Amino acid sequence: MRENSAFAPALPTLPKSLTGIDGLDEITEGGLPKGRPTLVCGSAGCGKTLMAIEFLVRGVLDYNEPGVLMTFEETAAELSANVASLGFDLPKMQADKKLRLDHVHVDRSEIEETGEYDLEGLFIRLGYAIDSIGAKRVVLDTVEALFSGFPNEAVLRSEIRRLFRWLKDKGVTTIITAERGEGTLTRQGLEEYVSDCVILLDNRVIDQITTRRLRIVKYRGSTHGTNEYPYLITGEGFSVLPITSLNLQHEVSNDIVSSGVPALDEMFGRGGFYRGSSVLITGTAGTAKTTLAAAFAAEACRRGEKCLLFAFEESPRQLVRNMLSVGLDLQPFLEQGLLTIEASRPTLNGLERHLVTIHQLINKHQPQTVVIDPITNLISVGSLSEVRSMLTRLIDYLKVQGITALFTALTSPRNGQSEMTEEGVSSLVDTWINVRDLEGIGERNRGLSILKSRGMGHSNQVREFLVTDNGIQLLDVIIGPSGIVTGAGRLTQELQEQAQAVVRQQELDRKDRELERKRRVLEATIANLRTEFESVEEELRQINDEESTRREALHKGRQHIANLSIGRISTSPDDQP
Amino acid sequence: MEKETWELRLYVAGQTAKSVTALSNLQKYCERYLKGRYQLEVIDLLKNPQLAEGDQILAIPTLVRKVPSPIRRIIGDLSNQERVLVGLDIRPLESPEQ
Repeated sequence: MRENSAFAPALPTLPKSLTGIDGLDEITEGGLPKGRPTLVCGSAGCGKTLMAIEFLVRGVLDYNEPGVLMTFEETAAELSANVASLGFDLPKMQADKKLRLDHVHVDRSEIEETGEYDLEGLFIRLGYAIDSIGAKRVVLDTVEALFSGFPNEAVLRSEIRRLFRWLKDKGVTTIITAERGEGTLTRQGLEEYVSDCVILLDNRVIDQITTRRLRIVKYRGSTHGTNEYPYLITGEGFSVLPITSLNLQHEVSNDIVSSGVPALDEMFGRGGFYRGSSVLITGTAGTAKTTLAAAFAAEACRRGEKCLLFAFEESPRQLVRNMLSVGLDLQPFLEQGLLTIEASRPTLNGLERHLVTIHQLINKHQPQTVVIDPITNLISVGSLSEVRSMLTRLIDYLKVQGITALFTALTSPRNGQSEMTEEGVSSLVDTWINVRDLEGIGERNRGLSILKSRGMGHSNQVREFLVTDNGIQLLDVIIGPSGIVTGAGRLTQELQEQAQAVVRQQELDRKDRELERKRRVLEATIANLRTEFESVEEELRQINDEESTRREALHKGRQHIANLSIGRISTSPDDQP
Repeated sequence: MEKETWELRLYVAGQTAKSVTALSNLQKYCERYLKGRYQLEVIDLLKNPQLAEGDQILAIPTLVRKVPSPIRRIIGDLSNQERVLVGLDIRPLESPEQ
C-alpha cells in the first residue's frame, strides 16, 4: 500500500532499501530505511547474524550493492564457513570486491588503558572498508562486544552514538545486531542510539516446538506490519512468513478446470472448478479424500500442467501404489516431471518450516496446481490459531499466484464438522466438497455433496460414490422412503423394484391371456349366434317360400274358381260344343 | 630480553591533541627506559587507513608492541606512566602482580 503511494507525486516517502530477504520486505513495506541504521536484536541463536549476512549477500547478488561486514565475534573464516551451507560464497564476493569482511578482535586482556582515547580507529577502518568497495550496506555484528573490551563505558557510549551518526552521514544502510537484555531490547541499551528501525527476533519454545518470531518494534517514518511473524532459517537463508500480500486484489480467471471425476464435474454449474480457486475436501477417515485429490492431480497432469502434491500421510511410492489400485496411474506423470510428490511427516518440521517448504517448492516448480493432503495433519505441530493463520497465509499466497489448490481436511466423525472449518478455513476456500459416511443397515457407504461453490451453481444432491478399479464413480440418486438409498439398501431397493417389475409383468401376461380367452369365448358366442341367426334366417326364408307358394296356390285356385263360374253363366263355347 | 630491540608502533589519526600527547609521552618513556634499543614507528591512519585492520586498531591512539612478543596493545594518550610501563612490560620486577 505504501509502495503504491510512492507513485503519488506530492508525497515523498521514506526511501527504503530492499533487503531481499523472503517476506521481510513485505512486512517493512519496502525494506529497511535507506542510509540509516537498523537495530536487529534477539537472544542467542535466533539468527541475528544470519539475517544481517543475508542482507549483505542479497544486496550484492540482487541489488548490486556492495557491503561491508564488520564482525566483532566470529572471524571472517568462521563466518564464511558458517554461511557456506546456505550457498553464500563469501570468499568469492570478497574476491569480486563486492564484500569486505573485517573481523574486529576485542580482547580486554590485550588492552591496557593509559589515558584518554577515542575509537577513531574503528571509524577509519570502517570508512576505509566502505570506501574501498563503494559499499552501500554495512553490518556491525555485534557492536556490543566493544563493551567487554573497553573499560571506559562513558567514552564507549559517546563513541557508539557518534558511530551511528557517522554511518547515517555516510548514507549507508546499516544493520547493527545486539544481544537481547533482561527487560530491555538490548543488553547495553543500544536502542537509545538507533532510533530509526528496530527489529526484534525471538526464539520461543511452546509445547516442545520451537518457533521463531520476528517483530518490528519500531520503524520511524513508515508504516509496517505490527504483528509477530514467524520466520525460519532454511537451507536457502532467512525467511519471514507473511509472504502473502495483505489485500485481496489478485487476478481471477474464468477458466474451468476439471476435478478429474467427470460425474463430479457435472455437479458443478460450469463443469468444474475455476482455475486459481481453492478447493477444500472435508471428510471423515476413509472417505476417499486422497483418491479424489489424486484424481484431481492426475487430471491436471493429463492437461499437461505441473502439479505439486504434498502428502503428509503417505510416502510417494505408497501413494502411487494405492492410486494404481483404483485405476489412477501416477507413475507416468512422475516420470514426465509433471507431478511432484513431496511427502513428509507433519511432525518432521515445525509448522512454519512446512509452509516455507511449501513456498520454496512452489517457487522452484512453478506448478499450476497444488494439492495438500491433508491440511489437518498440520495441527499436530501447532496450535489451532497458529495453523489457521498459517493456512490463511498459504491459501492467500496460492491465490495470488493463481494456483488452483486442493486441500483435504479430516473431519471428526463425532461432531461432523471439521476442526478446520471452525478455524475459518472454509471461508477462505472457494469450493467446499464434503465426503462422508452414510451409515445405515449395518454398513457404510460414501456420499459426496457440495457445500459451496463460489461463482457457479451446483447440485444440491448427496451422491453416493464408489471407489472402483476404474476410479471414482458417482451413482445415480435413488430416493427411498427415508431419504436417499445407498449401498445394500440401494441393492435391496433395486431388487425390490425388479421383483415388482416381474410381478407386474406376470400380471400383465395373465391379463393378456384372460383377454384372449374372453375374446375366444366371445368369438365362439358370435359364431353360435351367427349359426342361430342363419338357421332362423333359413326358417324365415322357408316360411316365406311356403307362404308365397301358398299364396300362389290360393291365387290359382281362386282364378280357377272364377273361371269355372263364368262358364256356368254363359256357356262357354269351350264347354258347349 | 635486555638485548632485544623493541619494535613499537604508535597509531594516530592526524595531529589531534591526544595523538600529540601520546607521542611525546612515548618518546619520553623510550628515552628513559629503552634508550638505544627501540624502534618507534608512527602510523597516521588518516594517511594509511588500510593499516588499521592488520593490528586490530580500534582506539586512537594505540601503541602496539610488536617485539618482544607477545604483542601488547596500549590505548590512550599514555599519560599514565605506571600503566604504560606495566603494559609494555618494561619493569617487570617492579610490578610483581604482572
